[in-house]
Amino acid sequence: MIPPAFEYLRPQTIPEAIAFLQQYGDEAKILSGGQSLIPMMKFRLARPGYLIDINRIPGLSYIKEEDGYLKIGGLTREADLENSSLIHSKYPIILDTARVIADPQVRNMATLAGNLAHGDPANDHPATMLALGARVVAVGPQGERVLPIESFFVTLFTTELQHDEIVSEIRIPVPPPGSGGAYLKLERKVGDFATAGVAAQVIVGSGGICQQVGIGLTNVGATPIKARKAEESLCGKKLDETTIAQAAQLAADEAEPSSDLRGPAEYKRGLVKELTLRALARAYERAGK
Amino acid sequence: MAKKQLVQIKVNGRNREAMVEPRLLLVHFIRGIPGLTGTHVGCDTTHCGACTVLLDGKTVKSCTMFAVQADGCELLTVEGLMQNGKLHPLQEGFKEEHGLQCGFCTPGMLISSYALLSKNENPSEEEIRWGISGNLCRCTGYQNIVKAVQYAAGKMEQGGKDDLPNIA
Ligand SMILES: Cc1cc2nc3c(=O)[nH]c(=O)nc-3n(C[C@H](O)[C@H](O)[C@H](O)COP(=O)(O)OP(=O)(O)OC[C@H]3O[C@@H](n4cnc5c(N)ncnc54)[C@H](O)[C@@H]3O)c2cc1C
Ligand code: FES
Ligand code: FES
Repeated sequence: MIPPAFEYLRPQTIPEAIAFLQQYGDEAKILSGGQSLIPMMKFRLARPGYLIDINRIPGLSYIKEEDGYLKIGGLTREADLENSSLIHSKYPIILDTARVIADPQVRNMATLAGNLAHGDPANDHPATMLALGARVVAVGPQGERVLPIESFFVTLFTTELQHDEIVSEIRIPVPPPGSGGAYLKLERKVGDFATAGVAAQVIVGSGGICQQVGIGLTNVGATPIKARKAEESLCGKKLDETTIAQAAQLAADEAEPSSDLRGPAEYKRGLVKELTLRALARAYERAGK
Repeated sequence: MAKKQLVQIKVNGRNREAMVEPRLLLVHFIRGIPGLTGTHVGCDTTHCGACTVLLDGKTVKSCTMFAVQADGCELLTVEGLMQNGKLHPLQEGFKEEHGLQCGFCTPGMLISSYALLSKNENPSEEEIRWGISGNLCRCTGYQNIVKAVQYAAGKMEQGGKDDLPNIA
């Protein structure tokens, strides 16, 4: 399949990229890993007149802890996350997520920033970033904005990003001792998008009391879903079979799945319940309590 | 029609350049400009991995990348595996262990396995299956592909390493 014709631009700096985005307005699109955008162009679901390839902008690929945040660069790829010793040792929930995205070739190109910016509720990172309380750093003509992930996803394929903004970094608060997280996804085959997925991150205090919890749901609504009621039900409670089961039921109630090739809505709702149960149990286990 | 741009790519150690439309996919550059038709187009939708090539040491699906993106990069395709008239241990493995039937997936399988063995000289069966999880085969059931990769790993361990093309 041959995509529609476009002009190709390869800026060397972020300001240069932003200038192109301003100059060409709605006709321009950022090209990052291209693993969502190029397939869409081949199907002619996207027809940008100008592609702004940001892949050669230096200094945008990193994974580091700084000022109380885990900072992930705007060009950091899934494969970088998968191979990072910091992610392996301290952020197993992110490793859980990166590893179940597509396949090795796609992960060599696909970026975390693109995964969020695409605004696809079927993508896996949004749920995990919701559970972790991440912030998206967007750079535009007026400078930098730090967007909380909770309000980042607006509707299907639409985020808070303006057309002339570039995601330069994702920030995740460094989890305090007693934290644990997990991402669980059911897929029909390796590399498929989720039938449903659940991310859970907990901070457990003394006596097993849950001090903070984040729960995100994949592919069961028009946007990634933050399961607020389920979260609230756990705060200040001891995590045990009863409270976890209650939270799982609330998360299932908050899901808004629709029936499609991956299964009927009620099946997906049941799946959210079971995956929430298991993700919370694993998060708790990883918190070391 | 959009402005053509000059693209220079080192393919299997040889510089290739052409003026191309930005929308030209990398796989069509490879098949069209140097005429290296070993790299296949299977699904054309980023699923099957038949179009897998090694770009600056990393596997990518060349149906999901524009040639202009690879400007200035180094590529290894299946044609680059054979050196001095000798099959690469992986190619020999696929032959010896019947790792192919129709052969359509084989170029992509070889490149993914090549990338795996350059990072991990002695992969477990699970690691091999993980390494080729972006490559679909409609014929073999994968069993003999796994054996072929194990064959190559064994062969290279026995000192066949010097035979490895030093391109990636
Ligand atoms: C076969 C296949 C299977 C897949 N399976 C999964 C899966 O299971 N789970 C999953 O989560 N994803 C999956 N994906 C999607 C993949 O992870 C994408 O790569 C990802 O959604 C987009 O990242 P990208 O870097 O490739 O972005 P691109 O495709 O380059 O861009 C996507 C969109 O985001 C915008 N954008 C990109 N980067 C930025 C930035 N820095 N700032 C502002 N806007 C930006 C682009 O303009 C574009 O609109 C799959 C893809 C394929 C091809
Ligand atoms: S042809 Fe590229 S993945 Fe199938
Ligand atoms: S040998 Fe036929 S597709 Fe693999």
